[in-house]
Amino acid sequence: MASIKIRAKAKDGVTTVKTLMSHPMETGTRKDSKTGKNIPAHFITEVTAEHNGNKIMTANWGGGISKNPYMSFKFKGAAAGDTIRISWVDNQGKSDSQEEAIK
Amino acid sequence: MNRQRRKFVQTASVVGAAVAAAGTGVLVPQRVLGAVPRTAFEAEDVSGALTNSLGSDQHTASDAIKLKAPDIAENGAVVPVTVSVDMDNVNAISIVAANNPSPLTSSYELSAAAEPYVSTRIKMGKTSDVIAVVKANGKLYSATKEVKVTIGGCGG
Repeated sequence: MASIKIRAKAKDGVTTVKTLMSHPMETGTRKDSKTGKNIPAHFITEVTAEHNGNKIMTANWGGGISKNPYMSFKFKGAAAGDTIRISWVDNQGKSDSQEEAIK
Repeated sequence: MNRQRRKFVQTASVVGAAVAAAGTGVLVPQRVLGAVPRTAFEAEDVSGALTNSLGSDQHTASDAIKLKAPDIAENGAVVPVTVSVDMDNVNAISIVAANNPSPLTSSYELSAAAEPYVSTRIKMGKTSDVIAVVKANGKLYSATKEVKVTIGGCGG
């Protein structure tokens, strides 16, 4: 289940990473219009970005991040061909990760 | 009998105190490492969100922070926000939507290699200030921008 799309590009020593994840990001306060019950919370709580095994950043998310989250960040010290790895964990204990070579 | 009970109560309270101390001992290093506790996302006001995510709610406005967000967001479910900072030693960025039921949308912990830049899309319940709070050299700096949210043409 490839739920993560990654684009990473190195230019002048700075790598820009753009990533899209497919996830419902339910806050838990939205009501189902048919049943009138709250839709259970289901959102990504933590996203980790690693470059060649070194952690670049950790994103801590709440339900306030849009559905199918987009995230972009930049970092130094990478070259084309290096590996960038993005992984997420959600509040229901599910997780996914994806690796991509930097262009 | 009574004396024995006294002794039991004393021992129990000592053990209890030790357990409590061990408990706080476990919690403290987490804060030092910068892990954002989940309580930060449960806080219902900006002050609580910042205290729980960055350790304090005292922040000073800074021109070095560029907060890019739309003036008017037609769809509050998807509001693009970009934060870029012209400062050294930035180790955390939090994005807060002041009037959301839980104002803290996200908090980013940056390593030394990461540039102080982050871009994402947040949800906004209604028109509100979006606040980017940046932790650099142990202090908090912020930039604020009001985003008007129009949902279903009801105005805002």
